[in-house]
Amino acid sequence: MAEFLSLHDAVARYVQDGATVAMEGFTHLIPFAAGHEVIRQKKRDLTLIRMTPDIIYDQMIGAGCAKKVIFSWGGNPGVGSLHRLRDAVEKGWPHKVEILEHSHAAMACAFEAGAAGLPLAVFRGYIGSELPSVNDQIKFIECPFTGERLAAVPSVRPDVSIIHAQRADRQGNVLVEGIVGVQKEAVLASKHSIVTVEEIVDDLGATPNACVIPSWAISAIAVAEKGALPSYTHGYYGRSNLFYKEWDAIARDRDTFTQWLDDNVFNAADNVGGQA
Amino acid sequence: MSLEYTSSEMMSVTAARALENGMTCFVGIGLPSEAANLARLTHAPDVVLIYESGTLQTKPDILPLSIGDGELCESALTTVAVPEMFRYWLQGGKVDVGFLGTAQIDRFANLNTTLIGDYKAPKVRLPGGGGAPEIATNAGEVFITLKHSKRAFVKDVDFVTTLGFGRDGKGRDNVPNIGKGPTRVITDLCVMKPDLDSKELVVVSLHPGVSREDVTEATGWEIRFAEQLESTPEPSENELTILRELKVRTERAHADA
Repeated sequence: MAEFLSLHDAVARYVQDGATVAMEGFTHLIPFAAGHEVIRQKKRDLTLIRMTPDIIYDQMIGAGCAKKVIFSWGGNPGVGSLHRLRDAVEKGWPHKVEILEHSHAAMACAFEAGAAGLPLAVFRGYIGSELPSVNDQIKFIECPFTGERLAAVPSVRPDVSIIHAQRADRQGNVLVEGIVGVQKEAVLASKHSIVTVEEIVDDLGATPNACVIPSWAISAIAVAEKGALPSYTHGYYGRSNLFYKEWDAIARDRDTFTQWLDDNVFNAADNVGGQA
Repeated sequence: MSLEYTSSEMMSVTAARALENGMTCFVGIGLPSEAANLARLTHAPDVVLIYESGTLQTKPDILPLSIGDGELCESALTTVAVPEMFRYWLQGGKVDVGFLGTAQIDRFANLNTTLIGDYKAPKVRLPGGGGAPEIATNAGEVFITLKHSKRAFVKDVDFVTTLGFGRDGKGRDNVPNIGKGPTRVITDLCVMKPDLDSKELVVVSLHPGVSREDVTEATGWEIRFAEQLESTPEPSENELTILRELKVRTERAHADA
């Protein structure tokens, strides 16, 4: 059964220095409040996995939490670069960060394989791409039945996965609605999982085929109202496209970024996703 | 009657016209998304648009800023998980055309969205592959749209993120279960198609007012022109009106949130 904890206690218990952490949410339901809690607790040497690092990992990388980033598309969607990611990779600020990059198909399959308890994912991919020449985790295998050459990548098995969702019921069952990304896969693939939710309700109101993650498959649940801002929670609040645009200027400069972090994360008692 | 329009509008309208009604299209964000939705709002109301966020058969009223904007989900027939999107719908062969943008493209239509310079010491780090590497090989064919410039159109890309026809033009030869690859490249100056044998891109159509010299100057290799070089038809008033309204709606929506 999932335990109801404060966000502080959930992160303190399950996110250890040096851990492999997946904080998922494909543009939607990005667990920003949890990311800020990780920054506040000054977690270090994390291997951060996310298909799209997005602003959340840009902030965590700039704050010095990351040792390595595994991703498949590292931009600010519709805006441009992730400047903190680039500064870390290109200039080593605040320290050098190692990267391992995949394609979306590879990572989606790797999360699914992790959830399925398999050591690897097999798919028809990376044909003609030079990514296998810079990522030694991409291999090719021969189908034993047809002889077709197929791509293989190791499954994703994080120490802890963190996702945000609309709501949990009082037993700790969680409903995820809208663009569901790889969130369920991330939770099921991980050793431990934290789910932040907008609210706790008596009845999830889930239809028979809704994406529901049972309480007994989750380690901890923490309430984090507006916990996905500046990304969004379908049915609760919209994406702050404006903030995503503003982030470009904030993150471009180390001092501006550091100031933003102080004002909105370290000195924000009741932070809800970093909206200034 | 001659209409006033920009080269960007010419590009979007031409890219939109490449899509036929009823096609199933896996849409990249940015210019491809603009073109695909313009097609849906004009000559191809039954074009099926799919975005990698899992939104199937979506009909957004405004253009999404990100690939996972709520608008895409709310206006979709259904939304599936991302692994299902890539495995069943794309890899399963349900997509007719992948519509992609890129930072860099070479003469064999290979795409680079990874970096400029050397991998270990990049001059400019770009976002990376995203969905493109598998869209380009698993979709039936690929349309590419981007602005024409010498920086973007290079003889050999710094890094092949996504296969066009490979460094030698033979990258798809004898590969089973692979799509046709890029069948057209639409820019603000012209339309290019791969040569049937060599797979090198050839200009097949010049946009109105654009000269061969304009294209040659904006291309980083000795670009060839088709013997039967055509002139791209101008945008219609209706297409321009619908494109402009779409962009105004989009800007207003993004400025408010």
